[in-house]
Amino acid sequence: MTKTKPRWLTILDVVTVIFLVAASALVFLYAPTEKTMGDVQRVFYFHVSVGWTGMLGFLFALIAGIMYLRSHDHKWDIAELAGIEIGLVFMLINIVTGSIWAYPAWNTWWTWDPRLTTATIMELAYAAYLMLRSGIEDPERRARFGAVYAIIAFISVPLTFFSIRLWNTIHPVVIGSNDPGATGAFNMSPRMTQTFMFSLLTFSIVFVDLFWHRYRLGRLADEVETRKLKLVE
Amino acid sequence: MKDDTAAPALAARQEKAGFKESATPFLRAMLAIVWKDLAAEWRSREVISSMLVFALLIIFIFNFALELNPQTRADLASGILWATFTFAGTLGLNRSMAVEKDRGCLDGLLLAPVDRTAIYFGKLLANLVFMLAVAAIVLPIFSVLYNVNLFNPGLLMVILLGSWGYVAVGTLLASMAVQTRTRDVLLPILLFPVAIPVLVAAVKASGGYMSAAPWDEIAPWINLLLVYDVVFTAAAFMVFDYVVEE
Repeated sequence: MTKTKPRWLTILDVVTVIFLVAASALVFLYAPTEKTMGDVQRVFYFHVSVGWTGMLGFLFALIAGIMYLRSHDHKWDIAELAGIEIGLVFMLINIVTGSIWAYPAWNTWWTWDPRLTTATIMELAYAAYLMLRSGIEDPERRARFGAVYAIIAFISVPLTFFSIRLWNTIHPVVIGSNDPGATGAFNMSPRMTQTFMFSLLTFSIVFVDLFWHRYRLGRLADEVETRKLKLVE
Repeated sequence: MKDDTAAPALAARQEKAGFKESATPFLRAMLAIVWKDLAAEWRSREVISSMLVFALLIIFIFNFALELNPQTRADLASGILWATFTFAGTLGLNRSMAVEKDRGCLDGLLLAPVDRTAIYFGKLLANLVFMLAVAAIVLPIFSVLYNVNLFNPGLLMVILLGSWGYVAVGTLLASMAVQTRTRDVLLPILLFPVAIPVLVAAVKASGGYMSAAPWDEIAPWINLLLVYDVVFTAAAFMVFDYVVEE
């Protein structure tokens, strides 16, 4: 295991920063101002992108959890924890940016809308995952139970996506069909679509970069642990 | 069907352990565990009595907290009912796995030459019986206290389906929670966010039956309940081995 930072990771860091700056520039300068909602609509580009990144994190955790149970290889446990930690942070950003948008658009910071509620329950489920881990000392059992819970918790995630079709929601669906009862919906102009796609790409790169860092950190922490044990012996 | 798929793996496991005679069939092992739990409960009456008293206390707390009057009562009844079952259910789930862990009974069960999923389904069914027993006592009391008739077959079916989904995932998570340091506080934290889909569907479907809504309005929730029952049971069935292995 290499202790120095891989060169590709440094390059990826730089690329991530460049993309983030470019995406911010597109959102604030290139994308047109939305007619009815005005400038606050610009939060949409990052709101959806961080939501996507959060989902990606939970999906990675699910896959890593299944792989861990199959192989009992500790590296999958590190990957799973990395996915969930990133997912938690980005879903929180998603909820907060949504709230910032909701105040002018819906005239309230928070409504008990199914979409909002399920997103928050998801956040709580993965917070419970971290509590489960902190309650177990044995690393092997911690990894095993973590993998099981990552799988079970992901079952509650699809509901977030489908809830929007099942209930009557006021949360707009910009991509695909739209509920007539939704408040704050709009049609995207080509410039908006370009900005949106670029934001999605940017946050996917941010995800890969963070995931790599977190995974590497986990591996290094493991190595410190084993060296400590060797010292004790 | 279960026996066919489990048989080769089981046979291999037994061969390794040096067993000559065939293992206990799946169904018999499962029923033996259910029987064990029910017999123990019949003698001690620990779980059901504490669940029941707890459930009644919750109903009374709701009554004071929400100041239920005849108009609001009807709208809130299904929510209160399910909140009561949920909280009382955690008590039962925690207890039923804690007794296995405390005296090393779980290790004994795991050493027995039975398929481990038989242990899971045995515990699931026993927990389901406890929950339904509590529901069977709470329902008439609730009907009397609030002067509503809760005995319609649709509502009873929803209670069965909802309890199944809740217990299916609850049994799995309880067997994880009892093996942790923070076991008593952990189960509700682990279980509630995951069980939310089942609870939402159960509350909506029960509310539909209580207000005599047309089937078209209730059907999506029943479908959702069925889907989550199947999904949770299947998922727990697949991962239970990893929760109890040492």
